[in-house]
Amino acid sequence: MTIPISGAASPRMQSVWAILGRLNISTWLGVAIVVALVLCAVFAPLIAPYNPNEQNIIVYLSPPSWENLLGTDQFGRDVLSRLLYGARYSLTIGFLAIVTALIIGSFIGMIAGYVGGRTDIILMQIMDVVLAFPSLILGLALVALMGATLTNIVIAIAFTAIPAFARIARAGVLTQRDREYVQACHAMGFSNTRVLFGHILPAILPEIMVMTSLWMATAVRTEASLAFIGLGLAPPTPTWGGMVREGFDNILSSFHLALYPSLAILVLVLALNLIGDGLRDVIDPRLKDAS
Amino acid sequence: MTDHPALTVTDLRISFSRTPVVHGISFEIRPGKTMALVGESGSGKSITSLAIMRLLPSHVARAEGSVRLGGRELLTLPEGEMRRVRGGQISMIFQEPMTSLNPVQTVGAQLGEVLRIHRNLRGAALREEVLNLLRKVRIPDPERRIGQYPHTFSGGMRQRVMIAMALACNPALIIADEPTTALDVTVQAQTLELLKELQRETGTAVLFITHDMGVVAEVADDVLVMRHGRVLEQGSVHEVFGNPKEAYTRSLIAAVPSLVGKLKAHAVPAQPIDHLPEVAAGGAVLEVRDLSVRFPHRAGLLGRIKGAVHAVDGATFSIGKGETLGLVGESGSGKSTIGKAIVNLAPVHGGSVTVGGQQVDYGSASSLALMRRQVQMIFQDPFGSLDARQTIGSAIAEPMKVHGLETGRAAVQKTEWLMERVGLEPRRANSLPHEFSGGQRQRICIARALAMSPRVIIADEAVSALDVTIKGQIIELMIDLQKEFGVSYLFISHDMAAVERICNRVAVMYFGEIVEIGPRDEVIGRPGHSYTQRLLSAIPITHPDQRETRVRRSADVAPPQSPLKPLGYTPPAARWSMAAEGHFIRQAS
Repeated sequence: MTIPISGAASPRMQSVWAILGRLNISTWLGVAIVVALVLCAVFAPLIAPYNPNEQNIIVYLSPPSWENLLGTDQFGRDVLSRLLYGARYSLTIGFLAIVTALIIGSFIGMIAGYVGGRTDIILMQIMDVVLAFPSLILGLALVALMGATLTNIVIAIAFTAIPAFARIARAGVLTQRDREYVQACHAMGFSNTRVLFGHILPAILPEIMVMTSLWMATAVRTEASLAFIGLGLAPPTPTWGGMVREGFDNILSSFHLALYPSLAILVLVLALNLIGDGLRDVIDPRLKDAS
Repeated sequence: MTDHPALTVTDLRISFSRTPVVHGISFEIRPGKTMALVGESGSGKSITSLAIMRLLPSHVARAEGSVRLGGRELLTLPEGEMRRVRGGQISMIFQEPMTSLNPVQTVGAQLGEVLRIHRNLRGAALREEVLNLLRKVRIPDPERRIGQYPHTFSGGMRQRVMIAMALACNPALIIADEPTTALDVTVQAQTLELLKELQRETGTAVLFITHDMGVVAEVADDVLVMRHGRVLEQGSVHEVFGNPKEAYTRSLIAAVPSLVGKLKAHAVPAQPIDHLPEVAAGGAVLEVRDLSVRFPHRAGLLGRIKGAVHAVDGATFSIGKGETLGLVGESGSGKSTIGKAIVNLAPVHGGSVTVGGQQVDYGSASSLALMRRQVQMIFQDPFGSLDARQTIGSAIAEPMKVHGLETGRAAVQKTEWLMERVGLEPRRANSLPHEFSGGQRQRICIARALAMSPRVIIADEAVSALDVTIKGQIIELMIDLQKEFGVSYLFISHDMAAVERICNRVAVMYFGEIVEIGPRDEVIGRPGHSYTQRLLSAIPITHPDQRETRVRRSADVAPPQSPLKPLGYTPPAARWSMAAEGHFIRQAS
């Protein structure tokens, strides 16, 4: 029997499959929820019963009914349709912001940990300064400064998350840097780039993955908070945070307006946290009993 | 002392959930006697000792049979009473004195704790007893040492503290689990000597767990050889060594070094010479001249460089094509640093390294790249030196690709071919390192080193972590590959048996300096330098009959000096003498 050896060049995915195989049921629940929400967002034009921005003043502030499953808002817009479209913004902003933070932050952290010395001190001091601000306040300041466009919101949220990734990547690099296999790589004449990104990065990737899902939840929350304070995407764009804010004006007469978008935010954040916790349990079993 | 056995083990069987791991072993130890439990990793010897202490996790492990300590059955004893037995009547000495002492408690406090719990001593009486114990294990200056922390003690001294702790309650039985494995040979010799003396004084029975037949020959009265959880051979030490019944026991006995001190000294004393001769022209593949490695020492508020640690000073040697030079010495002697400096893993301070006739320029990337194609390294821990997430096929092929030697299909074929050469099935190329055993992993590392077709392979303690039989196989493999490829080895090791088997020439290091170099039989057979003599005489004997005849050399070697030197310090020029053709001895300065 012969097994093709051709996969020998990039076979690192095995460990990722091993991790997926050991995830528990609540993690898969989280995955299912996120996948469902992503599908809702992608197919919103097909599922949504109405145009999310179409005003119908006749049915304004109507409670849930067969015509409007989740009721309508003060302009008579369909809440369900707005929620489905709103998922697009929450997910897109959360995802883009965290991917940006992941790439920039991990890169900074890996360089700091690998090079060490003065580079390390300077880079990490900067990260500490950024980390010292509460992420909401920092995001608020940045958005207020640059204006509330999608790109700016993504940049602002990414900025607040960069230090977290820098720290975890640096810590990971520090534990790997002096391992014998890294020395062996140097002894074989591998370049620093190859050692750092070809050998050390795969070793610390699982830890970064855990951070990614946990921080994605934070990013979704920050985005909703910004929108709630009025620094989200401009109306009439249907964002969940913005919907909660608008619903607040009529909280006494129609509490469903604030309730449903709040629930949507809660479910998404919960699902992302479930994934993050599940991944962490599998990757670092020591933490399982502690939390 | 009565003649009743201190410990009687009858038909002890241990299983983990449903899997039996120890299949019925029986033995007894009389007071004042030493029983050696010999076996390789996984033979069940440590499990057996833990079962005697009842330290196996009760929810997964089951021990059946009988363990009687002075007539009392231990396996059925309630946990509360068992706790009084542990530390009180049975105490244990572990392999790693570094990790078995608490780093944040003074040595005195840790010893005192044992005495407080088991002997209820307090105040001045407690302190006096602690001092007594420290004196008993020959720790110099106990009044000062009692208040110090473990990190200020050397490995050997820490093991003495562990022994003092074990002795604290005059136990009936001491279980010593590989107590000297982590120590240097000279320290091992002193520790074994101390254990024997203390045993004579106190009449304690000792269960000595080891894998080293040399140590067994030194200390044991009775021997029990285990393999895969079964008793392979059992008897008095003279029976087992004199007439081993099993081939496995014979292979264990054969694995201890045998050349030591076998040759008679030359009639003519060594003659002083001006300088170490240059190597024969065209012969040397690797030539190291006056190599020195220093690490800067920073001190003071501003972290200025105040001095340097002289890790290696003036090392000069060469290796010919297809030759193996052994570099031996104790931990901290700088032998590994030399290997690392050659491949630029440690900073070269002075001297020159020439590979294949071309001097390596450590400042030039192209010169370094050329050197790295020709010099490969194998590390001690094969698992640690492999990337745990990289399949072994990829690990072997990667250096070829990086250096552009082979690509695509050719690299795959060469990988398969190399795996076959080192005795691995090529179809396992897609497996990850953790799916292999320790010996197989070292084969992977060897294949990876060979992938570059190097002239020299530096093997840094490459077989030290392996079990005796596996070690033998890896050494045989290295010798075979040397014949096939004509590669040269720099074999760095503290293991004289391995050095004796594989090396053509041997260099001895002591505190950063090479003190003796020459052909293997010369250096090991009639060592010239006093340190070499002390080192070799510390190696355990090969047969219990030699216990009386072996003369231990007292420490008449130049006392160790601090390797930390002030800035601008130049070591004195070495003076050498020649004992025989190619056998050079450094003279005391």
